[in-house]
Amino acid sequence: MQFLSPPGRQLAALAVLLLCGVAVTFTIHGYELLLVCFVGIWAMLGLSWNILGGYAGLVSFGHAAFFGGGAYTVAILSHDLGITPWIGIPLGAVVGAALGLLIGAVTFRLKGHYFSLAMLAYPLALIPLFTWAGWSEVALPLEREHPLRYMQFSDPRIMPLIVLAALGAALWICLRIERTRLGLQLFAIRQNELAAQCAGIATLRVKLISIAISGGMAGLAGGLYATTVLVVTPLSVFGMLASAQALIVSMFGGLGAAWGPLIGAIILVPAAELLNATFGGRLPGMQGVIFGLAIMAVILFRPQGIYWAVRDHLAPRGRVPADHGAPSEEAAVPHPEYREAPGEPLLVVRGIDVRFGGLHALSDVSLEVRRGEILGIIGPNGAGKTTLFKAISGVVPLAAGSIRLEGQPIERLSPARRPHLGLAHVPEGRQVFGDLTVEENLQLGTTALRDGRDAGRSLERCYALFPVLAERRQQLAGSLSGGQQQMLAIGRGIASRPRLLMLDEPSMGLAPTIVDTIFESVQRLNREEGLTVLIVEQRAIEAIEICDRGYVLSTGEVVMRGTRAELLADKTLREAYLGA
Amino acid sequence: MGYTGEIEALLQILAAGLLLGCLYGLMCAGLGLIFGIMRVINFAQGDFMMLAMYFGLTGVALFAPGRSWAFATAMAVACAAALVFYGLGALTHWALVSRVSGARAVDTADAGHTGQLILTLGLSLVLQNGGLMLFGSSPVSIPSDAGTQSWTLELLGGDIMLFINQARAFSALMAVAAVLLAILLMTRTGIGRQLRAVASNPIAALYMGVNVDRAFRTAFGIGLALTAIAGVCVATFYPFQAYSGFDFVIIMYAGVVLGGMGSVGGAFLGGLIIGLVQQLSTLVLPAQLQNTAVFVVFLAVLLIRPQGLFGRSVERA
Repeated sequence: MQFLSPPGRQLAALAVLLLCGVAVTFTIHGYELLLVCFVGIWAMLGLSWNILGGYAGLVSFGHAAFFGGGAYTVAILSHDLGITPWIGIPLGAVVGAALGLLIGAVTFRLKGHYFSLAMLAYPLALIPLFTWAGWSEVALPLEREHPLRYMQFSDPRIMPLIVLAALGAALWICLRIERTRLGLQLFAIRQNELAAQCAGIATLRVKLISIAISGGMAGLAGGLYATTVLVVTPLSVFGMLASAQALIVSMFGGLGAAWGPLIGAIILVPAAELLNATFGGRLPGMQGVIFGLAIMAVILFRPQGIYWAVRDHLAPRGRVPADHGAPSEEAAVPHPEYREAPGEPLLVVRGIDVRFGGLHALSDVSLEVRRGEILGIIGPNGAGKTTLFKAISGVVPLAAGSIRLEGQPIERLSPARRPHLGLAHVPEGRQVFGDLTVEENLQLGTTALRDGRDAGRSLERCYALFPVLAERRQQLAGSLSGGQQQMLAIGRGIASRPRLLMLDEPSMGLAPTIVDTIFESVQRLNREEGLTVLIVEQRAIEAIEICDRGYVLSTGEVVMRGTRAELLADKTLREAYLGA
Repeated sequence: MGYTGEIEALLQILAAGLLLGCLYGLMCAGLGLIFGIMRVINFAQGDFMMLAMYFGLTGVALFAPGRSWAFATAMAVACAAALVFYGLGALTHWALVSRVSGARAVDTADAGHTGQLILTLGLSLVLQNGGLMLFGSSPVSIPSDAGTQSWTLELLGGDIMLFINQARAFSALMAVAAVLLAILLMTRTGIGRQLRAVASNPIAALYMGVNVDRAFRTAFGIGLALTAIAGVCVATFYPFQAYSGFDFVIIMYAGVVLGGMGSVGGAFLGGLIIGLVQQLSTLVLPAQLQNTAVFVVFLAVLLIRPQGLFGRSVERA
């Protein structure tokens, strides 16, 4: 995937592209120079949109809010206070970033298309507001005396060059994001936000950082727009077409790759502008029709966009599993990481209640996990086992009760904080990041490591425990078999070297021999490294056999608890699970 | 009795909000029906309504014998619009929307929701700008006697006089009738049962052998038909142009979200409330900010109570 593309090559491509842009600027004149500015500006807005919509999968219909914020900052400063765009444009970027943070803080509570729709409302609410405030048309005053000071250059080539420079910077930022941890984390959020949270990624923080960058970039584009066209109206900068254009150039060019919005803008903006110039007089609205048709065609025929379609054509996607050789002998020796005084309580859950509407999913559940043990929670479907796990990792809110990890109350901490304290939740149904490689999945597992430098060693341990993962480290996780995915999910869990490993139905949907392998590796982790394990299982008898103690959960309440021997000897339990 | 003037103004606004709200409610019922079954917002709903408005204008121009019969003709054209737009909706779904949704995408990560949203966004751009090319940008409306005549209601022995525009009043009645029919269709017929089954669990419905794509197509058609009736009705008293659809689509979202996405009746009540909020906001806000008030309600509901006022808990995902 894009994370592994060699950075040198991309930077070279960036440089060549900008040079081409500069060369083009010197061969054309008049209206065509304005086109270069428009391509650059819409490409930047597309890049900005792509940070959220492409990398993180958060489709926004309201990027015009940031764009218009930047444009109006420049226009109002210049018109009312006589402040030059040299100051106005950077300020526009700051305003865009601030709007991003503000809007993000409010709107990130919503998911999926609820988020998209809410984003739509912001710029559209601003249109009547700005009209009412008397800013229905703000023109930048002409400054013929000081062309340089007010960015109204007599040479028409200078503005396109400034736009190209800004575009280069924006592209560089996006390429950086793709290769750094932030990009990986955004990609994880797009794949599976819950799993990203379980891996200890502070998803809200990551999303806020990216919407700030995105808003800043859009504000910059807006500021350049105002400086280029010299007049700003609410409809032109906050209107639906501005938001739509950001989305359309990105999706047309290719989602989730910095080159996508650029390609989209280079093709679509001149096409729409030229057709508009030719037919616009007789047929107004040409631009909107072109953009509308373009996005419909892309969604119907090449939903991945031009960039990916061309790449797939040149080199089919999906990586061939590379042979990295057997894991080294040294790595195969388990590290005694978890030797802790056995028997003391590690996790104490006291009287927790979880309600969904009027339904009591958990009522007054208490349990204690002691250091070094394997504790099993068994019970029928719908007993609340998974809810209990989600409550412990903070994904569902508590109505009452407390949760302590090593004596420290954690029930008020955010879900992303808890993995950093030593909690690893391997969720039901595995939830691997299917479009990421095995190794990238494990790397995300190390997010909560106390010392980031241990990441390499942590990965080696996972490979030592599950050699099959080492063989497939470059393969996409989605292409693994169910059993391998389960191993990967557990590997991702222990990669953060947790105090407590929480396994939710690791046997789900797996063949009995694979279940045995997985249970054996869990036991090995417990016995050889002293790792404390909390395991939820529907296969009660097999689960009890690897556990030291167990709780039985039924309709949200603890109905029985005991040691392995006690539970195995219990007649009603044996009947309930073996007789059925 | 110094307050009679203010009471009169308030009652006048309430009446206007109620009548307009019924039509908003009908639009919302159309969008809400599509959302309730297909779990996706149709971005182009407002633009289809704009088409219906021009359909109404053309129909009345062709068939009405004179201004005195124009309104009655418009109501007949509204019924015809329901049939035509049912067909147009089914066709749009078959030709476009079904390519990225339904049985094809039922098991993908987001069941094709984002694809549908963006597809209908493209459709919306094409329709509104295509409409601009075809119809021009000057606002028009269906001229009729009913549109300019009002009934006068005298209350408190003539101290308070309320003016009720005839076109708005008849339109509101038409809207209520159409929504009641739609509710009956959804609750009392076999088609309705199938649609509700598909809405509640498309995968299970697929396992049951229900033709999910056909159900979605039907829902899309009915949804457009309801909104088209609203469009023709509104066109009798509201000047519109090619971009008008977009003004209404926001009102529709707000109403649907408020009513709790999913039920036709809830969406109608949501639209009704939006009509009242919009009109009442003129008491405290300048008229230009009417729609800003609608947006604030929309955002507030999304953020505070995403399941809506009348909906059961719904996942925000």
